[in-house]
Amino acid sequence: MTELNEEALVTKPSALAKVDQFRKKSQFKAVWIRFQRNRLGMFGLVLFLLMITAVLGADLYLDYEGQAISHNLSVRFQSPSLKHFFGTDQFGRDVLARIIYGGRISMFVGMATVCVSLTAGSLIGATAAYYGGKVDNTLMRIMDIFLAIPSTLMAITIVAALGSSIFNLILAMGISQTPRMSRIVRSSVLSVKGQEYIEAARACGTSDQRIIFRHILPNAMGPILVQVTQTVARSVITISSLSFIGLGVSEPTPEWGSMLSEAKSQLRYYPYLAISPGVAIVMTVMSLTLVGDGLRDALDPRLKN
Amino acid sequence: MRQNLLEIKDLHVMYRTDDDQIYALNGVNLKVELGKTLGLVGETGAGKTTTALSIMRLLPDRVGFIQRGEIYLAGQNLLKLSEGEMRLLRGNEISMIFQDPMTSLNPIHTVGKQIAEVLELHNPELKKGMIEAKVDELMEMVGIPADRKGEYPHQFSGGMKQRIVIAMALACNPKLLLADEPTTALDVTIQAQVLKMMNKLKEKLKTSMILITHDLGVVAQICDAVAIMYAGEIIEMGTVEDIFNNQQHHPYTVALFGSIPDMTQKTDRLNPIAGLMPDPASLPPGCRFAERCPHCLEICRTTSPRVVSKQSHQIKCHLFTGAEGLRDQDQKTRI
Amino acid sequence: MDVPLIQTKNLKKYFNNKTGSLHAVDGVNISINEGETLGVVGESGCGKSTLGRVVLRLLEPTDGEVLFAGESILSYNRKKMKDMRKQMQIIFQDPFASLNPRMTLSEIIAEPIKVCKVLTKKKDILERVFELMKTVGLAERFVNTYPHELDGGRRQRIGVARALALNPQFIVCDEPVSALDVSIQAQILNLMMDLQDSLGLTYMFISHDLSVVKHISAHIAVMYLGQCVEMAATDQLFENPSHPYTRALLDAIPIPSLKHRKEINVIQGEVTSPINPKPGCRFAPRCPQVSSDCLLPGLSLQEIEPDHFVACTLYQEQER
Repeated sequence: MTELNEEALVTKPSALAKVDQFRKKSQFKAVWIRFQRNRLGMFGLVLFLLMITAVLGADLYLDYEGQAISHNLSVRFQSPSLKHFFGTDQFGRDVLARIIYGGRISMFVGMATVCVSLTAGSLIGATAAYYGGKVDNTLMRIMDIFLAIPSTLMAITIVAALGSSIFNLILAMGISQTPRMSRIVRSSVLSVKGQEYIEAARACGTSDQRIIFRHILPNAMGPILVQVTQTVARSVITISSLSFIGLGVSEPTPEWGSMLSEAKSQLRYYPYLAISPGVAIVMTVMSLTLVGDGLRDALDPRLKN
Repeated sequence: MRQNLLEIKDLHVMYRTDDDQIYALNGVNLKVELGKTLGLVGETGAGKTTTALSIMRLLPDRVGFIQRGEIYLAGQNLLKLSEGEMRLLRGNEISMIFQDPMTSLNPIHTVGKQIAEVLELHNPELKKGMIEAKVDELMEMVGIPADRKGEYPHQFSGGMKQRIVIAMALACNPKLLLADEPTTALDVTIQAQVLKMMNKLKEKLKTSMILITHDLGVVAQICDAVAIMYAGEIIEMGTVEDIFNNQQHHPYTVALFGSIPDMTQKTDRLNPIAGLMPDPASLPPGCRFAERCPHCLEICRTTSPRVVSKQSHQIKCHLFTGAEGLRDQDQKTRI
Repeated sequence: MDVPLIQTKNLKKYFNNKTGSLHAVDGVNISINEGETLGVVGESGCGKSTLGRVVLRLLEPTDGEVLFAGESILSYNRKKMKDMRKQMQIIFQDPFASLNPRMTLSEIIAEPIKVCKVLTKKKDILERVFELMKTVGLAERFVNTYPHELDGGRRQRIGVARALALNPQFIVCDEPVSALDVSIQAQILNLMMDLQDSLGLTYMFISHDLSVVKHISAHIAVMYLGQCVEMAATDQLFENPSHPYTRALLDAIPIPSLKHRKEINVIQGEVTSPINPKPGCRFAPRCPQVSSDCLLPGLSLQEIEPDHFVACTLYQEQER
């Protein structure tokens, strides 16, 4: 029996103390360390965090009413300068301030859309994958029908039907992103469901609920998280497009899409009016995509630490 | 002195990953005589497959590096050849059979076409009719009716697929065949069929072979010589008689035999080898097996043992580096 | 000890797929006495893993009965079955796929205890985890490691510890050592035998490797295409293998000794799959001793000597 004891018990501290004694870095920390090694991913994350900070703290250094809303025709169409980094628009409003306040809308709507589509998508996808058979077939065929309609078109239809408000916008985009999300959730749940540790859990009488939440979802999280970052990025684009065609947020509330829309008539003489919201959109989408790619690499627990 | 077809001298191979340098091979010396089969035995991570990939020069790009050493095939140093020259050699003079027959065939081409492709690649002068005839001949040779050549890999069972892989490997009459665990994925009765076939082909074609396996039973069945690997080194090498009948062995060889359940007699407990193979990223100085060795001496932990040989039998262990060395075979003393 | 701990009666499991009905387990009768090991041997596709899962009711059988200590467990409702699961556990083949990669070693071992609410206090659970780790020979410093940080042997020890967590009487071992190197395989086999001695466990040991099964089992059942073709005490089976398939299987094993270097006796043909099988002996197409009788239905296990059962026409002449 000697080989049974790899290390003899020397002292007898309590079990809780022993666990703490051997406490190692958590898995979250390990993922974070792996993520840090990915330069592009880190670049994306830093960029995104900078933008979030700038947007959230905007009230500390900007005056919403004064700089982003009220007209000040004496300083209209000013080129970028030290006073107005990105210049001013046709009503004399500071473009930088409008971009920053516009980011609030884009990011808020993006996040809220993800919350809606993630909740609905996880519920539908996980149910379909776990129970399989008829349940799977019914749910996924409904999702297929939704998927056949281009998501922007569907969002337009919903907003047009319900009227354009921020709430309707989130609802519309959440619904239009749900089929994609539910497919991702379903496929990652399916790949985990066949694993032997799920069978091991069933062998000791674990309930369906516990299996889904404790064993399946944490392991299916990787692809879902990546999808989440992409969905935020896509929503930012969708809300800009909706606003661009006048269905999203309307004047005078600053929004990147509507700013682009206004700037397009001045494109020939004041191109900076269109460039800055464009760059803002690109930067947001790019940073999120980079974070998503980095996450995907960092989340695979089978990779060596 | 028989001619050596393959000779490996002091081969060092390293894998470089993001965080680690893994020392996969640490001075491997190996010989394969013409027309003979060498069994390369060892556990997971011993470096068996790395040895084969080094001979083929197919180590993963930018990860695996041959640091030093020489590999001679019929007197030609393979490590000095250009990639183009090497490509001509692969499949023609050296070919390799992989463990998993399911993934080594292309699922979208018929098996006949896949065999023909190997032939065409290395014999561009052959006419179409000749190639077809050769494909038929090869398929019959590995025991598959030639009229099945129009079928796709998924229509064959695992054993049949492995036969087709063998037919492809032998298509150009290679001088050396590297078989990496060719029967591990097969059921025992199918394994027996494939082994029997390989035995027959070996005699018929006079191909030299390196058979990589972890199964000493398979080695006893078809090999002429045996090399036992541990942590990137050959720790014992000899003819099958040296390894299976001789009484003096490296302690690891003894332990390896001891841990197999013996079919022929009743034993109550097995004798596993305590501990694990050392981490190839940080190898201990001295003998790599020292930590798990029941006969470990002071010197084993500090100095790497030299190879002691007696005729064909070579052992790399301090127990035999003393004055007496390896005893004659008739003296029955077990270490 | 009259009632065997585990008994199956005419157990059947059919899977319906597009090509027809796959008879994975077809009329299997086995019994395992308490504290003993039954080895189940066969090649891939013979239904041995399905049998193990049906016995544990991880799969619902198509027909037949599974008795645990004389009581049929198939009639049990959900709640009673959950209680029953404490008595019967499973160890899997693949120590990589059978452990949740997002859980630490202690979480994995504690999971069955939490699920069945055997212990509720965190401290008690952890003490039990350490006790189990000691039993299976895992050093305490591994308590917070994740499975992918450990080697195959240690992972399989986690699998054993998890199976032991609820103090079961019966464990199905589904090829527990076939993914391991020989030296590690020997460590795990020894561990399992030690545990059987000290805890009085009953095993159903499923493997394709006759030498491993011989080492650990008291009785052996040989399966071919969903049916049990021979069942006997281990010594009897090896001294007097009676079914032609058992003999072929024994002949096919390469023995690591030059004394046994021989012209390998090889049976022809391949294992097919038991989809819509014809009546009669399923081994008949490959059998070297096949006769016209082999194609008749009604083949069953016959006792040719005490405690030695064979299903083959060679031994059934007198009954026909």
